[in-house]
Amino acid sequence: MDSAAKSYLKIENLVKKFGDFTALRDISLDVHEGEFVCFLGPSGCGKTTLLRAIAGLDIQTHGRIEQDGKDISTLPPAERDFGIVFQSYALFPNLSVERNIAYGLENRKLPRLEIETRVGELLDLVSLRDQGKKYPAQLSGGQQQRVALARAMATSPGLLLLDEPLSALDARVRVHLRGEIKDLQRRLGVTTIMVTHDQEEALTMADRIVVMNHGVIDQVGTPQEIYGAPATSFVADFIGSMNFIPGLVAEKNRVKVGGFALDCDTRGFSDGDAITVAIRPEDINAQDMEHDDNVVDAEIVHLQFLGSFYRAELGGTAFSGHEVEANFSVNLVRRKNIDIGSKLPIRLPSRHIQLYPPFEG
Amino acid sequence: MLQYFRNTFKKSGAARTLVASAGLLVAASAAQAVDLTVYTAVEAEDLKKYAKAFNKINPDIKIKWVRDSTGIVTAKLLAEKNNPRADVVWGLAATSLMLLKAEGMTEPYAPMGVDKLDKKFVDADSPPHWTGMDAWIASVCFNTVEGKKHGLPVPTSWKDLTNPVYKGHVVMPNPNSSGTGFLDVSSWLQMFGEEGGWKFMDALHQNINWYTHSGSKPCKQAASGETPIGISFAFRGAKSKAKGAPLEIILPSEGIGWDMEATAIIKGTKKLAAAKKLVDFTITREANVMYNKGYAVVAYPGVAKKVKYFPEGILAAMIDNKFEWAATNRKRILTKWQSRYDSKSLPKKK
Amino acid sequence: MADTIQAAQAAQRAVVRPKISRDDWIMRSIMVVIGVFLLVAVLLPLYTMMSKSVEDKGGGFIGLANFSEYFSTPALFNSAFNSLSISITTTIIILIVTFIYAYALTRTCMPFKWFFKVVAVVPLLTPSLLGGISLIYWFGNQGVLKELLLGEKIYGPIGITMGSAYWVFPHALMIVITALSITDARLYEASDSLRASKLKTFFTVTIPGCKYGLISAGFVVFTLIFTDFGVPKVVGGNYNMLATDIYKQVIGQQNFQMGAVVSVVLLVPAVIAFSVDRIVQRKQIALLSARAVPYTPKPSRGRDLSMLAFCSVIAIIIIAMIGMAQYAALVTFWPYNLEFSLANYDFDVMDGGGWEAFWNSIEMALYTALFGTIIVFSGAYLMEKGRGFTTGRSILHMVAITPLAVPGMVLGLAYIFFFNHPDNPLHFIYGTMTILVVATIVHFYTVSHLTAVTALKQMDPEFESVSASLKTPFYKTFARVTVPVCLPAVFDISIYLFLNAMTTVSAVVFLYASDTTLASVAVLNMDDAGDVAPAAAMAMMIAYTCAAMRIAHVVLTRGIARKTQAWRHQ
Repeated sequence: MDSAAKSYLKIENLVKKFGDFTALRDISLDVHEGEFVCFLGPSGCGKTTLLRAIAGLDIQTHGRIEQDGKDISTLPPAERDFGIVFQSYALFPNLSVERNIAYGLENRKLPRLEIETRVGELLDLVSLRDQGKKYPAQLSGGQQQRVALARAMATSPGLLLLDEPLSALDARVRVHLRGEIKDLQRRLGVTTIMVTHDQEEALTMADRIVVMNHGVIDQVGTPQEIYGAPATSFVADFIGSMNFIPGLVAEKNRVKVGGFALDCDTRGFSDGDAITVAIRPEDINAQDMEHDDNVVDAEIVHLQFLGSFYRAELGGTAFSGHEVEANFSVNLVRRKNIDIGSKLPIRLPSRHIQLYPPFEG
Repeated sequence: MLQYFRNTFKKSGAARTLVASAGLLVAASAAQAVDLTVYTAVEAEDLKKYAKAFNKINPDIKIKWVRDSTGIVTAKLLAEKNNPRADVVWGLAATSLMLLKAEGMTEPYAPMGVDKLDKKFVDADSPPHWTGMDAWIASVCFNTVEGKKHGLPVPTSWKDLTNPVYKGHVVMPNPNSSGTGFLDVSSWLQMFGEEGGWKFMDALHQNINWYTHSGSKPCKQAASGETPIGISFAFRGAKSKAKGAPLEIILPSEGIGWDMEATAIIKGTKKLAAAKKLVDFTITREANVMYNKGYAVVAYPGVAKKVKYFPEGILAAMIDNKFEWAATNRKRILTKWQSRYDSKSLPKKK
Repeated sequence: MADTIQAAQAAQRAVVRPKISRDDWIMRSIMVVIGVFLLVAVLLPLYTMMSKSVEDKGGGFIGLANFSEYFSTPALFNSAFNSLSISITTTIIILIVTFIYAYALTRTCMPFKWFFKVVAVVPLLTPSLLGGISLIYWFGNQGVLKELLLGEKIYGPIGITMGSAYWVFPHALMIVITALSITDARLYEASDSLRASKLKTFFTVTIPGCKYGLISAGFVVFTLIFTDFGVPKVVGGNYNMLATDIYKQVIGQQNFQMGAVVSVVLLVPAVIAFSVDRIVQRKQIALLSARAVPYTPKPSRGRDLSMLAFCSVIAIIIIAMIGMAQYAALVTFWPYNLEFSLANYDFDVMDGGGWEAFWNSIEMALYTALFGTIIVFSGAYLMEKGRGFTTGRSILHMVAITPLAVPGMVLGLAYIFFFNHPDNPLHFIYGTMTILVVATIVHFYTVSHLTAVTALKQMDPEFESVSASLKTPFYKTFARVTVPVCLPAVFDISIYLFLNAMTTVSAVVFLYASDTTLASVAVLNMDDAGDVAPAAAMAMMIAYTCAAMRIAHVVLTRGIARKTQAWRHQ
């Protein structure tokens, strides 16, 4: 997303307090027009609170929200412009699918025919053309959530808010619906914010991910940025898996871990600083030893078969007692005859190493 | 619902007259029925009859009855002293009305034709604060069937009732709530003297099965055999006997207490004119004939006829009741009575 | 420079004042209306009543003098003891009987369960006085089975215990049945596999499983008996109880201050019982939320037959009670003329207001059901689903729960104090149908409120958010979704209010006027005047009315269930 893109939703210095508890601490964020943004974080991180503040359902204590150039900070939900879908679907059980979708249209006093046409379009959009007469309870979970989506889109809102829309569904339906929602969003070009605690969901669907923790935004970035260069150890740990090893900055671009020195980018740290060295298991290499930087001897302590690859637990003096996990391809394990107890050199490529301040406690 | 129909009927009647005559508004307010709130202790079955007789003469005055036992109506009136809700009291013990008079709650009024009444039945003040209707007379209801079953002799005097043979067979009204109960107690205190009266009640208390809230209940219970002996009043006994209850109505030989049912206007009523019309009616000969249906002694001389099932010799047995004394001592007597007897179930005192 | 930064920061820190939308205004106005209703109808009267208890007749403050007078009067103090001992005895008896009856209905394969379920509900259809009246005909001095009492009198503790047990039975049964139905079958399987004896299983699984239900039932029953005045009024004889004392003090002697004192005394155990029950219920809910496998009983001839015998005895007693009332009502002149006639239905010549009282009662019950349901349900909706007023809403919820702890007589007396005060602008409702309806709604507010809250809690909490996002005002969603979905609960609330309005005596006995006499009060007054058979006749009229409404309710509920089957069940 290029930075020149028009900002559609502007959040400035948002604070939300519930009594003594501060759920959001000074949040600022820009969402561009047509963008699909995911709020990602563990439960209690404030992502839903932020969504509800945007919707006006729980208005912030301090701060400003601007939508499409208009200050909406104090407006009640009914005076804002958004459609919303909840984890629980929140479909009206006593109304048929059609009536559910038509709910927001009926209140606008549109002509009957127009409503019917629009409902038909929306049913087509979510491929439920033949289910219109049914009641929500007669549909599957995935179908119900599609109805909820159609209902939210019925009034063509400028902003679509999705609050954990897939969490209540089976794994397979979830994966399928992910694609469908993303597809729909792209076709309609509606600015969308989705709250999720599922990193896979965020990585696959979002244009940009907002990682939140303890009421603060830790990082905003494309899925690739978030995954490849996590800004904080929290982001690193929360998304994907990550090995953390304590160490010291020995000199510029060189750190000491256990008995070894590793090359890496030490920007932001000074000599002698205690640090945490982080590397993803899939970035640990057991071949291509021709580059001789950052090669360490390791011993396979444990080996777990995970179908498409092996997860190896590595021991050895190099990690000063810390266990480090690495992903080895099935092919590699077979070829190198790797087993528990095997000793082999591994490489920690310097461009994949991240440095963070040391963990507290 | 009935009332609603009655009201609408009346209103539509009024509407017709007013269309025929003058302006709409004037007539509507003039012809509007007056609601009189009337407190009473008269037996429920007589209320409709009384109201009907009155409405024959005064169709525009509607009586709203508030009926309860004598003691309760009295207490209610006293409690509402500063904010009276009643316009007229029609049919309450004279002793109670004397009490209200002493509290300054009654409106003196000499109803039309009051001079025709027996003097005993009219307040001595001029104009009188209250006028009597009839006398209601204590008596003992004795169930002959139950008496025989328990081998009880027929009592002839009050003192007889203290005979241990009647233990647990006597029911009497609580004087705190029942006017009949109070006239019994006050008559005993007058007949046997203050000390003798309480001694008598101590002894009677031993035989009492329970005290009832209302004055008619002891006789009704005697009639249905729940108790062999009920201390009540003659009117009730006669009614039950008429229904076929195996009752004997006994006038104890020492004499019988009695009280007047009387009428008064409550001071401060906003409907004085209507209230006066009502009181005027209550002392007419016609009204007295009506009272005589149930009561052997009425205020209008020469009206009283023998009442069926009433015992003989009532006039002779009636004591010379000192109403003023009863009224002034009412509170003291009731308090003393309550502290002595109002908890039959109390564990025996140590 | 520093100033500008500070000013900017201050602007940023300014607390956001949400704009109040039209929806919010409407919602808040209704909430204020309901809040004012609860304030005027619950809190202020209670406050007035309590302050009366520390005043003399003239209204001067005298501290606890009334209380010390009360406690130094042995007769009155004794009533407190009597009330306690009767309530405790009856509670224990009723808990045992109820437990066995409920056990038979939930844990055995006893035949005719539906019949026993129907019979058990019968006492709910009648005023509590009916039990007392029947007992007089069964065991009074002219009673059919008088000899069974071995010379003891029915008038007094025996009668009160029996009469109370009769009418509280269904109240206890409903709670215990619920408690027994939620026990987890897996616990029994576990116990079986550990080869625990039947007895051991009973004491280690069954009893602990429904412990809270039993405690809760115990407290509910205790409070009902402790505060009831119908039964002791009819068969109490001279056995004084607190509830009858209030009646005597207030009605008999118009001694309102003392009535207020007794009310406060009566309020104490009721509030304690109420608080314990609330705590226990919370624990019960915790038990419920565990994922339990429902228990399905297996036939066991011996157990099933002995349960059938037990339940038959109880059912016969209930039928005998109501049957005798009807029989006595039809007999011309008990016990001397047993021919049937309708003489006892000639209510117009009796104390208590005659047939008008009956029609008044129906009118009152209908108003109570109608307005009560509207107030309770919308109140619960706003407290549960409303936006804003967070503190106000939780206070309202507390106030809505309060009436359960207030005995009817106390409420009635509080209303006299509050509404009969000449300076009260609402004075005009005193002595009208309105005050009866208000008192009855308030008296039965809590259970209705909790029913509504339970139903509303099952609704998706986001319906309101969705409808706001679709720019549909909340009241449209309330009418189109909330009410239709909660219709069964709405009907439950109305029938509950209707039945109770028909049968209640305690709150309204202080409040009726000559043209608003009620059937249940007529029963009381006719009995008071010694017209016991007409009282029975009127009580049965109430019972038939309630039964008819109950049947209508069942038919209606079933009809709705059938009509809405498509969307109610998966």
